[in-house]
Amino acid sequence: MNVTDPLADLQGLLTAPGIGATACAGVAGVESCLALPAAHWGLLAELAADAGLRHAGLWADALDEERLRVQALFAAADGYLLAQTEVTGAPPELASHTPLFPGVDRLERHAQDLLGVRFLGHPRGAVRWTRHQAWPETAHPLRPDFPLAGDHPGRTPADGDYPIVRLQGNGVCEVPVGPVHAGVIAPGHFRFQVMGEDVLRLEERLGYVHKGIEKHAVGRDAAGLVRLAARVAADSTVAHAWAACQALERACDTEVPARALYLRALLAERERVANHLGDIGGICNDVGFGFGQSQCALLRERWQRDNASHFGHRLLMDTLVPGGVVRDLDPAAPERLIQANGELRRVLRRLFDILDDHPPLNDRLLTTGILAQGTARALGCTGYVAKASGIDHDLRHHVPYAPYDRLRLETAVVEHEGDVAARMRVRMREIHASLGLIEQLLAALPEGAIAAPLTPRPEASGLGLVEGWRGESVALVRLDVAGRVARYFPRDPSWFNWPALEHLILGNIVPDFPVCNKSVNGSYSGVDL
Amino acid sequence: MFRILNQIVRTGLRTEPVARPDAAGLERLGIELRRRVDARFGHSLAIRQVDAGSCGGCEIEIHALANAYYDLERFGIRFCASPRHADALLVTGPVSRHMEQALRRTWRAMPAPKFVIAAGDCACDGGEFGESYASCGAVERVIPVDVRIPGCPPTPLQLVEGLLAALAQDRD
Ligand code: SF4
Repeated sequence: MNVTDPLADLQGLLTAPGIGATACAGVAGVESCLALPAAHWGLLAELAADAGLRHAGLWADALDEERLRVQALFAAADGYLLAQTEVTGAPPELASHTPLFPGVDRLERHAQDLLGVRFLGHPRGAVRWTRHQAWPETAHPLRPDFPLAGDHPGRTPADGDYPIVRLQGNGVCEVPVGPVHAGVIAPGHFRFQVMGEDVLRLEERLGYVHKGIEKHAVGRDAAGLVRLAARVAADSTVAHAWAACQALERACDTEVPARALYLRALLAERERVANHLGDIGGICNDVGFGFGQSQCALLRERWQRDNASHFGHRLLMDTLVPGGVVRDLDPAAPERLIQANGELRRVLRRLFDILDDHPPLNDRLLTTGILAQGTARALGCTGYVAKASGIDHDLRHHVPYAPYDRLRLETAVVEHEGDVAARMRVRMREIHASLGLIEQLLAALPEGAIAAPLTPRPEASGLGLVEGWRGESVALVRLDVAGRVARYFPRDPSWFNWPALEHLILGNIVPDFPVCNKSVNGSYSGVDL
Repeated sequence: MFRILNQIVRTGLRTEPVARPDAAGLERLGIELRRRVDARFGHSLAIRQVDAGSCGGCEIEIHALANAYYDLERFGIRFCASPRHADALLVTGPVSRHMEQALRRTWRAMPAPKFVIAAGDCACDGGEFGESYASCGAVERVIPVDVRIPGCPPTPLQLVEGLLAALAQDRD
């Protein structure tokens, strides 16, 4: 246990007379919230970096035609601090946090493209990120005066002149890949600079599936927002829907019935198992081990069929609503789900035994795509990417939210090698942990209602934080005077895990890119929004 | 090696046995599909999938078609890497404007008759996202569509049914 509390220290420093930060009470769901003058935004990053905090994201919010609020979330081992400031001007300017926290690079450029904040001192200058060619540099879709329909009805050209950083020299070749890939995968562009087979540099270019989720959220009611949140990224539908529900419920002071919380956790753990199974199979497939892939695909299919029969949707979409969940389990379900768990465990024991110790597989996965712990920390990675590089952080354990605060949790899963094999082992161990949690949840399922009514509270804001299967998932919701959504920002863990891929691939060979990519499995949809 | 064989034997044949109620449907559809694939496409149908702004849900279910329960390949249908080898284009998502041009180029690269299947509510009519500054709203706003498979996402069985409908379309 630390003798000092870095969050309290930082708060103390920032509220000192010279800086003048003040506590703000406006955002429910985060224990400390500070408002500070825009001039000290850079100092905030310096002090947070000195305190060893993790940058957990940054986003902007247009309060009206003039004023933009920018918020930044910082995480310590067991808590969070939300800092905010207001900027005006044309363009509104603010010190960049990227030089000290490289993981927020894309988040700052996202805020720049959608709201027009200029981040001074950003290492990439004002280079666009989410914006391609669908709207001009001078327009900002999340400003109130920008219509949802846009003002640009014609054809949208490809984003041909995006400035990729290039390496040059004797023997250096460039390999462009995507946006349309060879398999059934989401679109993204990867530019490799290679020497022979060795990757010297990789630059990711995403944004292809940007569909205006944040703009679509504006004006929705709570139920409509959660339906949208369920589609931020389908594989994380429960995680994002839960984070959005939490944000709404905290903002509106809604007490969610205990049974609903248990059912939500059940859904979240089922989502974790399904995706981990899919990824383990995918990793096997990417190194030509078809047996592993077909076994995992079978198990996942069975799991999803159980989802459909007990929860009404194979991927668990639209199972959460503000205030609770949509449907209750029927009385026979717990027994059948526990039985299905038992069957899965039996198969997994044999299967994982093979995957753990199959020389051709080990040969490809061990020491491939190593992410150093220092890099993972510097970028602010969470989830299995961080855990496989020795970072022991899991919200369910360290900042437990209901119902995890009422469960017996084994120690969080951590591995240390940081390679593809470690990222696969984390998933294997997390499946077992989730199966245990599912059994606990079913055994202790409280009686009672499955939803409580949510009464929108005008001008309230809330922050939701859940441990999705990919890692820490955040949702910020602000309601307007009529209690409708004024701002929704879902911060998928992939914002921080995608950049890790650019690092861990270095020195590996191009043919190992697919498996390295799969082992990280960043969400395209979750960050393109 | 022994452990692998042991696990394969224990797993057995999982490709949908006819006894299950939904399995009967799959088997019937499969046989019908096979017949049409044979007749129209010289025994094999190559599909190129393009995600044009999907949330990833439709892709999860398209992937499921390859698992041993559905085993789409047994009907002569396979996914191919290049649009130049494709008989059909399977498009998901509300066509984000950032993918609009890439989708058009993929479609142009296909040989005729360029079957296009829009899979999922987003691809059929824009779904949850509709038409906006960021998305075109439906695949047919960008390229001609032959068949629509609604659902959010469509289940693997609905996808098989949709493929069947695609092949039943009269294109003469
Ligand atoms: S139809 Fe549904 S599952 Fe498919 S891309 Fe659209 S929102 Fe996602």
